Amino acid sequence: MSTALVLVSHSVKIAEGVVDLAGEMAPDVPILCGAGTLEGGLGTSVDQVTGAVERALVAADGVVVLADLGSAVLTVESALDLEDGWSGRVVLADAPFVEGAVAAAVTAQQGGDVAAVRAAAQEAGTMFTPEPVQVLPPPAADAPVTARVTVANPLGLHARPAAQLARAIADLGVPVSVGGVDGSSVLQLISLGATGGTELEVAAHGPGAPEAVRAVVGLIEGGFGEA
Amino acid sequence: MTLDAAWARRWMTQAAAALADAKDDLTELDRQIGDADHGVNLDRGFRAVVAKLEATPAPDDETVGAVLKLVATTLMSTVGGASGPLYGTAFLRAARVTDRAHLDPPAVIALLEAALEGITARGHATVGEKTMVDAWQPAADAAAAADEGTTREVLAAAARAADAGATATIPLVATKGRASYLGERSAGHEDPGARSTAILLATAVAAVEEP
Repeated sequence: MSTALVLVSHSVKIAEGVVDLAGEMAPDVPILCGAGTLEGGLGTSVDQVTGAVERALVAADGVVVLADLGSAVLTVESALDLEDGWSGRVVLADAPFVEGAVAAAVTAQQGGDVAAVRAAAQEAGTMFTPEPVQVLPPPAADAPVTARVTVANPLGLHARPAAQLARAIADLGVPVSVGGVDGSSVLQLISLGATGGTELEVAAHGPGAPEAVRAVVGLIEGGFGEA
Repeated sequence: MTLDAAWARRWMTQAAAALADAKDDLTELDRQIGDADHGVNLDRGFRAVVAKLEATPAPDDETVGAVLKLVATTLMSTVGGASGPLYGTAFLRAARVTDRAHLDPPAVIALLEAALEGITARGHATVGEKTMVDAWQPAADAAAAADEGTTREVLAAAARAADAGATATIPLVATKGRASYLGERSAGHEDPGARSTAILLATAVAAVEEP
């Protein structure tokens, strides 16, 4: 029983990159790219998907398809609708594109069938289950230094500013909480979903705490260079 | 008056022309609440549809469904964005209920209901989420309510309802599709998919008469 993968993205570059990455971990698994429009531009095309799946079915008994954003999923579903002959041999995994492809490829390399490979891909999605917010180190005996700050840039703590803030806080060497989460964790900062105008509490303890809180407040008020 | 495969072909020619005219407007709507590709994508897709139809000679016994099936697969292959599989599935489901030479008013109603069903099956959207469903649902409802009329009257009722439905998306907050990323900020803009649906159905009416 052999299983191939077909990767469907709006971007040929994204799909080809993931083909490389997953292929390195699963050298014997056919991994095909069904990405981009017919002209190779950004988008998806049923023809690209169908062509890749047909080629994959020549090389393997079954095919697991992974898709990235919205219309990629719709396009794969449309292809599955059109091709009655694939029944059961071709399935779409509801999985994160990169992590799912890597997990699926490794399982396929071990000889997993379509169901096992899809399960491996989908299990990769559980990596993203929101973790309980980490409890900060127990408060020191002295009172915390706190300040309230209003998020200045309209888009708030999205990925880039969150990463900038987390790096800055890690560099301070003093644990600082922002909105009740660990300020040195980019994922926890993003999980706040703090958009422009949101008020957040910044808190720190111990030596260096006042300076650290001031620095963090300054960064957030500065808007991370965004209008 | 019944509708035949020649009507379906005229419909696609007129739709392609109307969507080419509306390309910039649709893209502008999509720029405000989406990713600014709706007009360009549909223009590319319907151009490809016309080219495909011109390259496919019509047999004497061509059915409406055969034309619509060709439209469906071409849109799915060439549009590039979400509207490709959405409109593609609409035409595919419509093709399945129109595999005959002539459509009477009940068949036109069935065509529109099948198209709506395809779009909701593919996009999982319902009325009020600021999507093309907000044009298709009133169109199918209005067609069903006009079942005493001619094929042209059924289509015209659907087109008017789609137009009103598209306009009614302006105050809505999107909860499906790309615009939903904007949340409250999506209110105040017309949904481009609902507008392109209204354009498509208006050309279905215009194509009833020979040009």
